[in-house]
Amino acid sequence: MSGERKRHVIPGEVITSGPYRAEQNTIQVGDKIVSTIVGLSDVYDGSVRVIPLTGGYVPKDDDLVIGKIVSHSSLSWTADINSCYVGMLPASDVFGRDYSSSSDDMTSKLAKGDLIAARIVNADMTRDPLITISGRELGKIDSGELVKISPNKVPRLIGKRGSMIQMIESSTNSQVTIGQNGLLVVSSEDPNGLLKAIQAIELIEEQAHVANLTDQVNEMLESKSE
Amino acid sequence: MGGRDTDIVLLDENGIRCDGRKVNETRKVTIKAGVLKNANGSAYIEFGDNKILVGVYGPRDVHPKHMSDTDTGILRCRYHMAPFSVGERKNPAPSRREVEISKVIKEALEPAVMLKEFPRTAVDVFMEVLQADGGTRCAALTGASVALADAGIPMRDLVAGCAAGKAADAVILDVNNEEDQAGQADLPIGYMPNLKKITLLQLDGVLTPEEYKQCIEIGIDGCNQVYEIQKKALQDKFFASGEKQ
Repeated sequence: MSGERKRHVIPGEVITSGPYRAEQNTIQVGDKIVSTIVGLSDVYDGSVRVIPLTGGYVPKDDDLVIGKIVSHSSLSWTADINSCYVGMLPASDVFGRDYSSSSDDMTSKLAKGDLIAARIVNADMTRDPLITISGRELGKIDSGELVKISPNKVPRLIGKRGSMIQMIESSTNSQVTIGQNGLLVVSSEDPNGLLKAIQAIELIEEQAHVANLTDQVNEMLESKSE
Repeated sequence: MGGRDTDIVLLDENGIRCDGRKVNETRKVTIKAGVLKNANGSAYIEFGDNKILVGVYGPRDVHPKHMSDTDTGILRCRYHMAPFSVGERKNPAPSRREVEISKVIKEALEPAVMLKEFPRTAVDVFMEVLQADGGTRCAALTGASVALADAGIPMRDLVAGCAAGKAADAVILDVNNEEDQAGQADLPIGYMPNLKKITLLQLDGVLTPEEYKQCIEIGIDGCNQVYEIQKKALQDKFFASGEKQ
């Protein structure tokens, strides 16, 4: 839990000094911990981090992302994952280990422009991040509406232990697949529910900095349902 | 360029300069962050009569590919003066001077940005001078570091720029166009205020060692003043609309 109140910081600003560990988006300069990014400082359990308010998506291991197939070679697909790196999806991930580039047609499984829900397997930055679509809730996305938000606002959309997204899903009767890269797929049987869920997501994206946003979203969801 | 006007009084008997400033006073600086929709980060800076627009793109793929570095991201800067930025039309093709300024600004920003986190990518900084009135390199540097912060590029510190110099035998802060043309020296400084490190230092003209020390001193003081405005520009963009949580 946060020991100190969260503070607004900009690059170069000293957050604290003393025996703290410098974590996410901070560096140690002498005995001071300095922010490297515009965001909210968070001091907890002897370590300091800054929650970013701006910047793009940086792939991290085990993140669920939504990507769009942009091309393929004979051995792998590449997917745009809304980052400065493209995701590499090896053909063996889809066809199994006995994949052969001569007998299997890659476009039969995934063609250019297809959307996939994928998990990042390896993002060590020495090469493009490796992704997989084998797993629960992963794979090609056939239906739903694609919504794009800033990757920094994804935690806000999910809320504490998923409270925000659960509220939206239950009150609009829809399913939202959230990619950590800021791409979401909303699907619902009910077109009104779908529309409302998208509106709620857009509201969160706009008002992410506001306190007790949950109440505001709840209000909006209830007012429209009558 | 406006041509050399030898009749101009750079410093009157009351210690007031040609534009009404005192010797240790900067021009009025205003910065606005996040002014361009299509760029990842941007800033607009007015430094006296200088007006400069900065756009930052990236981190993104490097083109041409051979420029990419597998160990780190690279920083590319382009300083450009619009044809209408000066009295007589400036040829929009990059001049020798613009290539030089692009290079020194790149080198002034490099100690601040932490591109090791994004290997094989490039961060592009475009600085467009819309109106020039002396000291554009410092103003462009100042704006560029705000735009980089706006883009979310990790930085050790912001870089603030301000020039010091000598005109009418007096050490002055923030040299304007007239003082640059008719003065004796111009010393642009790029400075990281929290780390207390100089990243840009050039000298055009002649200074005695004592004058040089004085110039550095007031120049850094000027950078600290500019830094406060940079800070405010970022705070206005990100934190103006109420506290979070």
